[in-house]
Amino acid sequence: MKINLNVNGVTFPVDIEPDRSLSGVLRNEIGLTGTKEGCDDCECGACMVLLDGHPVNSCSYLAVQTDGRQVTTVEGLADADGLAPLQQAMLDAGGVQCGFCTPGMLMSATALLSENPEPTVEEIRIGLSGNLCRCTGYAKIIEAVGSDAPST
Amino acid sequence: MQFVIAETLEHALELMASGSRPIAGGTDLVVGARQGKEPLPDALVAIDRLGVLASIDGGTGEDGEIVIGACVSHATIAGHGDIIDLVPGLADGSSLVGSPATRHVGTIGGNIMNASPAMDTGAPLLAAGAAVEVASTRGSRLLAVADLWLGPGQTSVDSDELCVAVHIPRPGPRTSSAYVRLEYRRTMEIAVVGAGAQVSLSDDGSVASASVALTAVAPVIIAVQGLSEVVGLQPGEAARTVARLASEQSRPISDLRASDRYRRHTVGVMASRAVLAACRRAAGEEIAVPVNRSEGIGAGYPGDAVANTTADGVEL
Ligand SMILES: Cc1cc2nc3c(=O)[nH]c(=O)nc-3n(C[C@H](O)[C@H](O)[C@H](O)COP(=O)(O)OP(=O)(O)OC[C@H]3O[C@@H](n4cnc5c(N)ncnc54)[C@H](O)[C@@H]3O)c2cc1C
Ligand code: FES
Ligand code: FES
Repeated sequence: MKINLNVNGVTFPVDIEPDRSLSGVLRNEIGLTGTKEGCDDCECGACMVLLDGHPVNSCSYLAVQTDGRQVTTVEGLADADGLAPLQQAMLDAGGVQCGFCTPGMLMSATALLSENPEPTVEEIRIGLSGNLCRCTGYAKIIEAVGSDAPST
Repeated sequence: MQFVIAETLEHALELMASGSRPIAGGTDLVVGARQGKEPLPDALVAIDRLGVLASIDGGTGEDGEIVIGACVSHATIAGHGDIIDLVPGLADGSSLVGSPATRHVGTIGGNIMNASPAMDTGAPLLAAGAAVEVASTRGSRLLAVADLWLGPGQTSVDSDELCVAVHIPRPGPRTSSAYVRLEYRRTMEIAVVGAGAQVSLSDDGSVASASVALTAVAPVIIAVQGLSEVVGLQPGEAARTVARLASEQSRPISDLRASDRYRRHTVGVMASRAVLAACRRAAGEEIAVPVNRSEGIGAGYPGDAVANTTADGVEL
């Protein structure tokens, strides 16, 4: 099935089987490997991307359902001038250890901050509640999202 | 596999008449297929872009009914002013579903048509006396949610019928609702058991009428019978009576999440808390959605430990 996958503002025409997951197509057809597959089962959030600005677990979402819609992956956060403020805040706070959860955390946090620019810690916890991290213990991630909040 | 994005409602109904299954958010359908529960159907029709299925009418019609399109997401329901005002129990339920991603992608139509006995919108809808509007190329009909579920994954709706909307009668004065569930984690979790209540109060603060429905204690969401017993009782006494009736009437299974005895006991506790929260709301008190978080049912809650500081005690 031929669809137009719009990722980070660029349209990629792809010809795929309708049962392919969005994360698989992003990684294997388009070559954007920033989106991770942890559980591949809608549990861990490593595969989180934005669809028209809202978070979606791309491992469990059919790629064909995104035809003509706007997908944003972690590769779409930085621009020519460098990292997005949220990405910098994650590094500064020490919210990244092995880094496997980081793309998903960044996408959930981006969605949260665009809806709610000054979230409380409780709201950050809820916003990131679909993302598991096995390294950091979450505190530094929450700090990073909180410290970035006022400036976004 | 064939996959078509429906352009109009009629288009979707025609495809369903020739055997296509609808997909909205896919959070049950796709996840279930990937877990090996049931393979993806041979033909799918995507209904999630149909604007006619995506709106909420908060009671502007003559009968004041609240009408929620089948493809309205849990996130929209949980944050919708009219729903929070009129049927807060449904907002409680939707705001507990999965994670922010699950709530943005998952729909109310998918939730009720998937017919899981653990669905979080089922009990609040049953307690509110809701009806489901279904349509096919043969016409459309309205059926009470009480008649919708036959068993786990089974509904009384034919395979060519699409759920178009959910209709909720407008609650009268001094009437409100609440939904609470027992959960082991705060997120990405389904109910161990749950209960939804809708209560009307008399001027003296006693219960004028009540309806209560239970989650995950039977093959389908069930309504508690015999609630005329609580009419005229003050909320505390009514809640204790409802707890007893709920435990007596539940017929839960044992699985790795809980034993049948534990479920039978805790569903009574949830039912009494739902009744108390619904009574307080009916009396005019504001209890933020969801009751699980604002009242601290289940795992940790705001005000408990974290408020607005990080683990290091840094104020944000
Ligand atoms: C990680 C995770 C956590 C979850 N947590 C919860 C939870 O806490 N509580 C809870 O209740 N659920 C939970 N769910 C289940 C699921 O998210 C909800 O049931 C959701 O509402 C399903 O909606 P959907 O649009 O994604 O349905 P889909 O998967 O698109 O559809 C589900 C079923 O309904 C049918 N269908 C969909 N729309 C219609 C329609 N309009 N008419 C007729 N048939 C239709 C489909 O053919 C399919 O059989 C969770 C799921 C995941 C993956
Ligand atoms: S890889 Fe998608 S949720 Fe884990
Ligand atoms: S940094 Fe390793 S999983 Fe989060």
